[in-house]
Amino acid sequence: MSPDRLAVRKTYKLYVNGAFPRSESGRTYEVADAKGAFLANAAWASRKDARDAVVAARGAFAKWSGATAYNRGQVLYRVAEVMEGRHAQFCEEVAAGEGLSSSRARAAVDAAIDRWVWYAGWTDKLGALLGGANPVAGPYFDFSLPEPTGVVAVLAPQRSSLLGLVSVLAPVLTGGNTAVVVTSRARPLPAVTLGEVLATSDVPAGVANLLTGDAAEIGPWLAEHDDVDAIDLTGAPADRAMELERLAAGSIKRVVRPPAEEPDWSADPGLTRLTPFLETKTVWHPIGL
Amino acid sequence: MSTQTPPTHSLFEYAPAPESRSIVDIAPSYGLFVDGEFVDGSGTPLKTVNPATEEVLSEVPTATDADVDRAVRAARRAFTRVWGPMRPADRGKYLFRIARLLQERAREFAVLESLDNGKPIRESRDVDVPLAAAHFFYHAGWADKLDWAGLGPGPRPLGVAGQVIPWNFPLLMLAWKVAPALATGNTVVLKPAETTPLTALLFAEVCRQADLPPGVVNIVTGAGETGRAVVEHEDVDKVAFTGSTEVGRSIARSVAGTRKRLTLELGGKAANIVFDDAPIDQAVEGIVQGIFFNQGHVCCAGSRLLVQESVHEEVIASLQRRIGTLRLGDPLDKNTDIGAINSAEQLARIRELSDIGEAEGANRWQPACELPERGYWFPPTVFTDVSPAHRIARDEVFGPVLSVLTFRTPDEAVAKANNTTYGLSAGIWTEKGSRILAIADRLRAGVVWANTFNKFDPTSPFGGYKQSGYGHEGGRHGLAAYLEGGQ
Repeated sequence: MSPDRLAVRKTYKLYVNGAFPRSESGRTYEVADAKGAFLANAAWASRKDARDAVVAARGAFAKWSGATAYNRGQVLYRVAEVMEGRHAQFCEEVAAGEGLSSSRARAAVDAAIDRWVWYAGWTDKLGALLGGANPVAGPYFDFSLPEPTGVVAVLAPQRSSLLGLVSVLAPVLTGGNTAVVVTSRARPLPAVTLGEVLATSDVPAGVANLLTGDAAEIGPWLAEHDDVDAIDLTGAPADRAMELERLAAGSIKRVVRPPAEEPDWSADPGLTRLTPFLETKTVWHPIGL
Repeated sequence: MSTQTPPTHSLFEYAPAPESRSIVDIAPSYGLFVDGEFVDGSGTPLKTVNPATEEVLSEVPTATDADVDRAVRAARRAFTRVWGPMRPADRGKYLFRIARLLQERAREFAVLESLDNGKPIRESRDVDVPLAAAHFFYHAGWADKLDWAGLGPGPRPLGVAGQVIPWNFPLLMLAWKVAPALATGNTVVLKPAETTPLTALLFAEVCRQADLPPGVVNIVTGAGETGRAVVEHEDVDKVAFTGSTEVGRSIARSVAGTRKRLTLELGGKAANIVFDDAPIDQAVEGIVQGIFFNQGHVCCAGSRLLVQESVHEEVIASLQRRIGTLRLGDPLDKNTDIGAINSAEQLARIRELSDIGEAEGANRWQPACELPERGYWFPPTVFTDVSPAHRIARDEVFGPVLSVLTFRTPDEAVAKANNTTYGLSAGIWTEKGSRILAIADRLRAGVVWANTFNKFDPTSPFGGYKQSGYGHEGGRHGLAAYLEGGQ
């Protein structure tokens, strides 16, 4: 960039149903870097935005959950490919938002991209690992298979704005669920850029919806929404987690409770974030001539 | 061959063939089973009645908060000192012993279950008790193989499990809860249902015969308040509940914000879908098995029959003919197909929802059927002209009441089947294999029976989607509910 050229700045918006709308409320909030300097005005998602996102996620569920595991794996791998092309941009945003050195920011971005690759490889193995034939005591063929739970609301980690976000979003999508994510409130910018990646990675519209804003405000609406099947409270404020879990009980949502402290996201996640958002379907059929 | 009007009544008269109740010795009153001993409860005792005769069978204590606390302490002690540190193979051996004792005393359990619950002896003898024994046998084998359960190396038990079970399969639900908990190294405090405590108390005696260490299994009787005390006790690590969605919701609220793990097996409103290419006679048997098994007191009952329009008349005619041959009456009679409704309260609910069905415009059909003078009875009932908006198509009746709806295309069948807040089970009847797999794939339900219905096995995970609950019972999946790192 030549020194006398004035940069074109980005408008940071929501990512809902494959598009980038502003909040219907017209609200924005100031996002600052780790030192407090102004970075951008982010869209401040409202209740209506959350509800729109749930409608989009429900609408996308049949196609995404019905896609072959191989196809889902390729799409998720494509996310990693497209992220790789924006590596520098992610590093800059993560470094600014989280106050990391450039080498630590790079490590976080590397790990985030690699996490998509890791999960991409899981889609077509879960069935064999978590399902199987059941040797029932009778003339029946009986098998169980994992299936996605449905629409999952995710309150993303507040500190780790990209690696943490990917670590909670990717497993939800891997299982075939669709997601409505509330991003880190103070560090939402990498999430918006991730939305741009998802929009150009063959992830069908509505499969992942990213709302920048306040989990304490939006969380209760998602927790009590009857068309949300599960909620991940990882990024919920500690003093609100119990209330959110109580609200989620109204429609028997699957709940992932928040950890006492935000974990080290670079650790191997195992299956711990996949299985909470998987159901098991068991099918019986008689054996006979 | 000449065509004949099918008989609407039983072809044969059957002489009564009652199973003797002399094999069971029911005490006039029982204690709570805590720390290996039968002890008095502090609350007002409950009378448990035979729903077929309204005869009082026995009196059981009501466990108060203090009684439950004693039971949880006993369970904690047993977990810390005995059951947790025990060699896994030895835990397995205790479970094998229990399985064998249940088999040895099977007839006694079956008769007692039918007396206390009202279910036909044919079902308690052939289904409930053998399956309960099978659950213990299956889980016994897991006790020393948990490293292979796919939950990571060295999975650890949670501690004390508080378990609350319903009245529809009293002993079987006990087995579904207790066997996996014990196999994985947990200890339990179990509360049987208010109206069906007796087989749980007989099971306590089995635990003593097996020399199970005191405190590993504790049984506290009582009503909802006792259940609440078990669920809310702060030293309980794990709550497992089977029952209504309404109570499940309140339990999920009460464990919110705690470290307790929770599994819920709740209500259902299963669609049983009959396509026009189904083997109609087999389908009719399956429909009958789906809704009238255990008087329809089954969370996974096939209570919504979805029939393809072109075979609707044929299916209904055949179904009515078959229902006309069902024998309702004395649960201890080996010929009985339909026993007593478990309680006056449940009978009132079935009557209320059936009346609402009629009031909302559905057509009620019941066979000519004589009901015994005493006891709680409801005849097998079929509603036709049911719309998806009717209460009898939406609410769980938990009785012998079938709602019939029709569909034209597979898409419509799937849409109607999934049009419920529940997601426990479903049925598919068709001779076309590819259709079975396509429909099974699209049904949002945890168990799908194709060309069969209401089959259960300890190796086969059972659990619901949506508001039918979460977690599984049975199979490798069921172990996860009782181990750290499992979901």
